[in-house]
Amino acid sequence: MELAHDRPGTTRLDRRDPFDWLYLLALVVGAGAALYRYGDAMDAYDTAILLLHLPILTAIGWHWKAFRTWTAAVALLSLASLALYQGDLARAEEAFALKYLISSQTAIMWMSALLFMATGAYWLGLLARSDFAERSGSTLTWIATAMGTTGLLVRWYESHQMGPGMGYIPISNLYEVFVLFCLITGLLYLYYEHRYATRRMGAFVMVVVSAAVAFLLWYSFTRDAHEIQPLIPALQSYWMKVHVPSNFIGYGAFALAAMIGVAYLLVERGILASRMPAPRVLEDVMYRAIAVGFAFFTIATILGALWAAEAWGTYWQWDPKETWALIVWLNYAAWLHMRLTKGLRGALLAWWAVIGLAVTTFAFIGVNMFLSGLHSYGAL
Amino acid sequence: MQRSTPRDLFELLSSMRFAISLLTVLAIASVIGTVVEQNQAFNAYLNQFGPFWFPVFEALGLYSVYNAGWFLVILAFLVLSTTLCIVRQTAPMLREMRSFREHARELSLRQFAHQSRFTHRLAPAQASEQALDYVTAAGFRARTSTRSDGVLIAAKQGSAGRSGYFLAHAAIVLICIGGLLDGDLPLRIRMALDGKATTAANQLISDIPESARFGADNWSFRGNVFVPEGRSNRYAVLGLGDGILLQELPFTVSLKRFHIEHYDNGMPSRFASDLVIDDHETGESFAHTIEVNRPLAYRGVTMYQSGFEDGGSLLRLRVRTLVAGTTGAEPTLEAAVGDSVALAHAHYRYALELTDFQAFNVEDFGHPDDEVATTRERFERHLGSGASGAARRDFRNLGPSFIYKLRDEAGQAREFHNYMQPVERDGAWFMLSGVRDSQAEPFRYLRLPVDEQGGLDTWFAIHRLLFDPERHAELARRLAARNLGADGADPQILQRFAETARQTAALFADKGFESIGRFIETTIPEQERERATDLFLNLLQGLAWEAWMLARDEAGEPELAFDAPRAMFVHNTLSALSDSRFYEAPLLLQLTAYEHRQATVLQVTRSPGKPIVYFGSLLLVLGVFAMLYIRERRLFVLLKNDGETLVALSSNRRTLDIDETFERHAAGLRSALGQPTQASEHDSQRGT
Repeated sequence: MELAHDRPGTTRLDRRDPFDWLYLLALVVGAGAALYRYGDAMDAYDTAILLLHLPILTAIGWHWKAFRTWTAAVALLSLASLALYQGDLARAEEAFALKYLISSQTAIMWMSALLFMATGAYWLGLLARSDFAERSGSTLTWIATAMGTTGLLVRWYESHQMGPGMGYIPISNLYEVFVLFCLITGLLYLYYEHRYATRRMGAFVMVVVSAAVAFLLWYSFTRDAHEIQPLIPALQSYWMKVHVPSNFIGYGAFALAAMIGVAYLLVERGILASRMPAPRVLEDVMYRAIAVGFAFFTIATILGALWAAEAWGTYWQWDPKETWALIVWLNYAAWLHMRLTKGLRGALLAWWAVIGLAVTTFAFIGVNMFLSGLHSYGAL
Repeated sequence: MQRSTPRDLFELLSSMRFAISLLTVLAIASVIGTVVEQNQAFNAYLNQFGPFWFPVFEALGLYSVYNAGWFLVILAFLVLSTTLCIVRQTAPMLREMRSFREHARELSLRQFAHQSRFTHRLAPAQASEQALDYVTAAGFRARTSTRSDGVLIAAKQGSAGRSGYFLAHAAIVLICIGGLLDGDLPLRIRMALDGKATTAANQLISDIPESARFGADNWSFRGNVFVPEGRSNRYAVLGLGDGILLQELPFTVSLKRFHIEHYDNGMPSRFASDLVIDDHETGESFAHTIEVNRPLAYRGVTMYQSGFEDGGSLLRLRVRTLVAGTTGAEPTLEAAVGDSVALAHAHYRYALELTDFQAFNVEDFGHPDDEVATTRERFERHLGSGASGAARRDFRNLGPSFIYKLRDEAGQAREFHNYMQPVERDGAWFMLSGVRDSQAEPFRYLRLPVDEQGGLDTWFAIHRLLFDPERHAELARRLAARNLGADGADPQILQRFAETARQTAALFADKGFESIGRFIETTIPEQERERATDLFLNLLQGLAWEAWMLARDEAGEPELAFDAPRAMFVHNTLSALSDSRFYEAPLLLQLTAYEHRQATVLQVTRSPGKPIVYFGSLLLVLGVFAMLYIRERRLFVLLKNDGETLVALSSNRRTLDIDETFERHAAGLRSALGQPTQASEHDSQRGT
C-alpha cells in the first residue's frame, strides 16, 4: 500500500504540494466572496458553519488529493448553473446547458444514470478482470457524485428563487435525502477505494447505491417527489442542517459495511475469491465503515434529540423514528463491543453487518411507511 | 479456591455477555412500543384489540411500554451493569494507562505479532540517545530502563483512547438516570407519596378534585396548556394512562392572538402564539411570542408551540331542510365551535355538535398528468429546475369550512363538512357539503349548483317540488302542455305523455338516476336502451325546469327564458338531486357568517434530567471518538550492549494499518541507528 503518512521529523505543512495551497486559497476566496456578498443575510450560525467548512474541506482535500479536483468541479458546475439561470427559473427550459446538463433535476438524473453505469463498469471489471472497466467505474462514480452534489446545490438556489421565504437547504424530504445518501455512500466508497488501493469492492458497494437510485427514480416518476415544496414550520430549524447530513453519513457507512460484509461472506465461500481483496482487508474496511457510521450516527441521534427538545418539547419521547434510531445504535454498539472487546472476527460479524443494514433500512424508510409518528416528513 | 455467590453475581452483572444480552433485550422491547401506538385513548385500544386482549395488554403495560415497570427494570439493569463494568475495569485500566511496561522481558517482546531484529554498530549510549530521539519525534512518550544486558526504551502513544471507555460508559449511566428523572417515574412516586390519583378527562377545571391536582412546586412534569384567543389559563393537563392530572403553573398564560401564515401553495409556513405571561409570585407581566422551534423557558418551565385548535369560533348557520314538500321558515342559529345544540323539527330531532371550523382551505386545481401523452414529455418533466412542477399547479383558497355532527336519539352520529362559499368545477359554481358515517372514511361531497343570485334557493325549491309525490301530477301536466301545446294536441296523447312524465318523476324521487337506470335495464330491450335513456333525461330536464318555473310562479316571480346556461344549471341540479338521495340527512347547514377564534396548544415541561442527559451526550460523543479514533500504540526498542536491537509494536486495536505503522517505525529506527533501510529482513508475523 503506497500511502502518504506522517514521517517523523517532517511537519505536515512541509509535505503540501502547490495544489494544496491553491485549493486552500480557492476555499478562502470562495468563503470570503460568500461573506462579502451575502454576509448581511447570514446570521451568526450561518457564518460559523461557513467558516467551519474551511478547515473541514481543507483537511479532507489535503488528506485525499482527488477530493480537491472534485470540490473544484462541483464549485465550477454550480456557479456555471447559477450564472446561466440569471435569477430566472424559466431559463431552465430555454438554456440548453441548463435543460440538459446542470439544472438541479437534470444533474440529479445524470447522477442516477452515471451511478448505474458505474455499477455496470465495476461488475464488468470484476468479472472480466478488466482494469480499464474498473477505472471507468471510478471515474463514473466521481462524475456522478459531482453531478449529484451540483444538483443539490442548484436545487438550494432554485428553492430560493421560487419566492421570498420559500428557500431551504434541500435535505428535508425523502427525495432529497435519497440523493444525499447516494452522494455520501458514493464518496465514502471512493475514499476507501483510495485508502486501500483496490477497486474490487466497487461492484458490491455500488449495488446498494444503485438500489437507492432505483428507489429515487421510482419515487420521482410515480409521486412527482422531485418538486420543490417549502418547509413546514417544524422543519424550520438550524438543527436540521446538521442532524440530517450526519445521519446520512451513518446510513451510508452502514450500507457500505453491509455490502463489504456480503463480499466477505462470498469470498469466504470461495466465490470470486481470486478477484477480491483478502478477507482481512474486507474485514478491516467493514470495521472502519461501521466505526465511522457509528460515530456519526451517535452525533446525529444526539443532534436529533437536541432538535426534538426544541421543536416537540422533549428530547426523547420514544417516537417510532427515535426508537428505531436507538435500535440501530444498540445494534452497532453491540457489533463494536464484539469486535473490539471480545476480539470477534469473521463470518458472524459479516452476517451481523448485513442484518444491520436491514435494521437500518427499516429505521430509514420502513418506519415512514409502516409506523405513524411525529417524524413523518419523509412519508411515502 | 471457593468462590462466593456475591462475587459470582458481580462477575455476571459486569460481564460483557450480560451487557450485550441487555442491549438485545432492550432493542426488542423497544420494538413493541413502535408497533403498538403509544399513549392513545383506552377506547381506541379496546376497539383495536377486543375485550379479551385489551386487559391483557394493559396489564403488560403495552400502551405505555417505555414507562412500564418491566421496561424500567431493564433500564435499571443496564445502568447497574454499565456501572459495575466501569467499577471493574477502572483499576486495571488506570494502571494500564499509566504504565510504560518498561520492565517487559525480552522473551515476551519476542512473542509480539510485530517485531523485528537487526544489529547496529553504534556505541550503546549513542544508540540509546538516537533511538529515543526518533521515538519522541514520532510522537511517543518514552521511558528508558537500563538492564543488565542493555537498555529498553518503552514508548507509548494514544493512551487517552482508554479514557474513551470511561467517558462513553459513564455517559450511558448519566443519560439513563437523566431520562428516568424526566419520565413518568417521579410523577408516579409523588402520586404514591401524596396519595394522588388521576381523574377522567373532559371535566371542568373547577370539578377536578384536589386529589388529582399538583401544586406549582412539582419538579418534573410534561403536559399541555390549552388557551383560546382572549383567554387565560394557569393549569396544564398531564395525561397518565387513561386519566389526567391537573398541574398548576407558577404563572398564568394568556393568548392575545394565534397566527397561521401560509406559503402560496397553502402549506403552512408559520405557527405562532402571542402570549402574555403573568408571574404569580413577583406579579411581573410580559409579552412574548413563541413559535414552532422557538420555545420559551420561564421559571424552570419550558413552553412549546405544539398545536392549535379552534377556540370556539362563533358561527351563524342557516338550517336548510331537505324534506320534500315542506315549506316554512328555515331558522338560523348562532353557536360556537364546541357547542352542542338541539335541533327539533316536525320531521327530525337531532343534537347538533359543532366540532371544527377552518378559515382557509387551499387546494390544488392543477391537472398534473392529464395532458401529457408521450414518454419523452413525461421524462422531460423530470429535467430542468425542481421548481418546474409549480407551473402546473393551481392553488386556490376555497374559503371557510366547518365540520359538524348530527347525533340522533339513538346516539348514532354522522359527520358533515360544509364550505361557506361556492367552488368552481368545470365552469359551474357549486356549494360543497361532505358527509361520512365514521372518521375512518373520507367525506363524500354533494355538489349543489348555485343559482343566478349566487344562492341555493333555486335548488332547494326544485328539490321541494320534484321530490314531493303530491306535486308530480301537476309538474307532468305542465310539462305535457308546454311540449305538445295546451290546446291543439290530442287529449289522449297529452294524457299519455303526462302519465309517462309523472312515472318518471316518481321513479327519480326514489333513488335518482339509480332507479331510472334499474328501470331501463329491467324493462327495456338492449337495443332500445340508449334511446330510452335520452328520453328519460329529456323528461327529467323538462320536469326540473317545470319545477323551477312553478316555484317562481308560486313566489310571484315571472317565468324565465330557457337558454344554454340555464340548461346547464338544470343538468347540474338533476345530478345534485340524484346524489341527494344518498345524503342521509334531512337537513343541511349553511354557514352565513362567522367570527374566527383560535386556540393554541402549548406543551409545557419541567425536565430536571435535561442537563444531565445533555452532559451525558457530550461525554458519549467524546468517548466514542476517543475509543474509535485514538489508537493506543506501544513501541519497544530493546538495545543490547552488543548492538543487537529488537523493535516490537503492540496496539489495542488490531487493524490493518498496524502492519504499515510497524514497518515504518522499524525502518525509521533502523535508519536512526545508522542501518540501511532497504534491508528489511524483519520477521514480523502479521495478525490475521
